[in-house]
Amino acid sequence: MKICVLVKEVPDAAVQKRLVNGRMDRGGEKNLNPYDTHAIEEAVRIKEAGVVAVDEVVAVSMGPESADRAIRKAISLGVDRAVHLCDDAVAGSDVAATGLALAKAVEAETPDLVLLGQQSDDGECYTIGAVVADHLKMPSLTQVIKLDVVEGSLTAERQAEYGYDTVEIATPAVISVGDAINEPRYPSLKAIMGAKKKPVDRKTVADVGLDASQVGEAGSKARWAEAHEPPQKAAGEIIEDEDTTETVEKILAWLDERKLLA
Amino acid sequence: MSDILVYALHYEGAFNKNSLGAVSEAARLAEQLGGEAHAVVVGEGIPDDLAASLGAHGARKVFRVEGPEGLAQPVVDAMASIIDLHGHNWAIFGGGLLGFEIGAGLAARRGAGVVMEVTQVKVEDGRLVSERPILGDSSLSQVHYEGDLGIVIGRLNAFEATESGATAEVEDVPVEFSEFSTRSRMVKRGEQRGADINIEDAPILVAGGRGLGKAEGFELLEQLAGSLGGAVAATRAVVDAGWFPYAGQIGQTGKTVAPKLYLAAGISGAIQHKVGMQASENIVAINKDANAPIFEFSDLGIVGDLNKIVPKLTEAVKARKG
Ligand SMILES: Cc1cc2nc3c(=O)[nH]c(=O)nc-3n(C[C@H](O)[C@H](O)[C@H](O)COP(=O)(O)OP(=O)(O)OC[C@H]3O[C@@H](n4cnc5c(N)ncnc54)[C@H](O)[C@@H]3O)c2cc1C
Ligand SMILES: Nc1ncnc2c1ncn2[C@@H]1O[C@H](COP(=O)(O)O)[C@@H](O)[C@H]1O
Repeated sequence: MKICVLVKEVPDAAVQKRLVNGRMDRGGEKNLNPYDTHAIEEAVRIKEAGVVAVDEVVAVSMGPESADRAIRKAISLGVDRAVHLCDDAVAGSDVAATGLALAKAVEAETPDLVLLGQQSDDGECYTIGAVVADHLKMPSLTQVIKLDVVEGSLTAERQAEYGYDTVEIATPAVISVGDAINEPRYPSLKAIMGAKKKPVDRKTVADVGLDASQVGEAGSKARWAEAHEPPQKAAGEIIEDEDTTETVEKILAWLDERKLLA
Repeated sequence: MSDILVYALHYEGAFNKNSLGAVSEAARLAEQLGGEAHAVVVGEGIPDDLAASLGAHGARKVFRVEGPEGLAQPVVDAMASIIDLHGHNWAIFGGGLLGFEIGAGLAARRGAGVVMEVTQVKVEDGRLVSERPILGDSSLSQVHYEGDLGIVIGRLNAFEATESGATAEVEDVPVEFSEFSTRSRMVKRGEQRGADINIEDAPILVAGGRGLGKAEGFELLEQLAGSLGGAVAATRAVVDAGWFPYAGQIGQTGKTVAPKLYLAAGISGAIQHKVGMQASENIVAINKDANAPIFEFSDLGIVGDLNKIVPKLTEAVKARKG
């Protein structure tokens, strides 16, 4: 079987997220979306476990030229090869347009399983998987924390509104994994060096069978107008714990003032 | 037409509070748009009175579809065919998990605009505009929709359930499910992992997260909660890890609480956690990372190691109370 993993380049966690002229500032250091490392790890584990024979794990990413670094990182974590949908036309795509473009890029690979992370660190939509699945006409589930794959089907567990659900799904399927599913490994130095030489297949929107009008701002029906900062709420009091006995006294006084020690 | 279609999630004979909020919100908005709010329910043998009860929250019509429960894709099929027949221009979902999947699937199916984590919706020039916090809630973004269908997915507890007392007309709709929608089968639903504890009635909650390091870390919190006269709660991260019962989880897929005191130890303050506790009267957070998001919405923040602070705090509270 073939597994596709959707991976995204996002601003590094250390970069302060902010607005510039009402738009998200996408400048600064970039990295592989940390949530996607769980999807990669799961693909590699399915391959290593050998319950089903996995021929290939392919990373698929949509993003600017700079995303190449994040893609190489995905390869260093165990992906065999990558497809990079890199086209100016996709800039400004909303969730629906992003999902459509990714689905088209994935479709050409005819995977048996498509894995995603639980959320992108910058987009925070939690839903690209559901969009991709509908276009690919595949069953799907998000926030999965336990996955058992056998020939032709899989069993997935996840927490939903009323507790934990167990769902059996016939493959091919699209699964977004939660961060509790596994502990991603660190890449070896050899894998990091090797990733530089692995093939990354660059594709344009036309290459995946889409017209530029279907993606980017032109293809997006959700129009983001300027953002603004919310009304400032009074900042809370902060205590730096240096002398813990003193800290605890301060906490006690604070609680006492609010009659919380009655 | 300017009718709004709302998905109402139900489980064991009762509607989800966030779905009722979404129905109420849709009724409020439909009135401004000059249309009606309609609801869709999908399940196995949903009784007439349950379906009709959505009228009390403002639904004029309830479309009842016989189908599997707890899965998103059959609901996408149902909503798409109802919209085909009736031409709704808007779809609204309450906060939770299933609504996110259904709303996004519907957006894909209909090539519609979708916005999630919406905290407020207003009507401008006869169309809905969604407000969504972004960048870790540091900014608010206004989103407009183009085309003949716009989809709103609310944040948990964003829409309040109100009652008008009316009942709705129930209409059965036969739906032919997509082949791929029938390839998922619910094996077990709503499994409660861990003990059946109650955190919703406690006036004081001491909540723990991944910063506790291991399941045994909760012992520290049990002692502190004991001294304060409160109960212990947790984040999804530690519930998923099996350190704490699901019944004690606060947040998007857990409980919503509003105690007099909420004290967090080793919790980062992710949005999905915050939405379940932000109405607490007093919020105290202990976290070793000065940049943890929880400090953005706590009344008292302590930057330090919980392993040092919590035991001493427990001793001090005990000594104080005698
Ligand atoms: C659809 C969806 C639904 C979700 N539903 C929920 C939900 O219902 N409830 C929920 O809680 N989450 C939910 N989440 C998950 C949420 O996004 C976060 O991942 C989760 O809340 C993080 O839990 P945490 O704070 O325990 O862990 P982390 O985010 O890992 O934070 C641990 C914190 O502990 C601190 N720390 C570490 N060691 C120490 C120490 N010794 N002393 C003091 N501090 C220390 C760290 O600085 C860090 O800030 C959901 C996510 C999604 C996508
Ligand atoms: N531009 C992208 N390229 C590849 N994968 C993506 C992209 N955007 C989102 N994803 C995938 O979708 C998941 C959920 O992202 P989101 O719905 O944006 O929170 C991520 O963890 C990725 O696996």
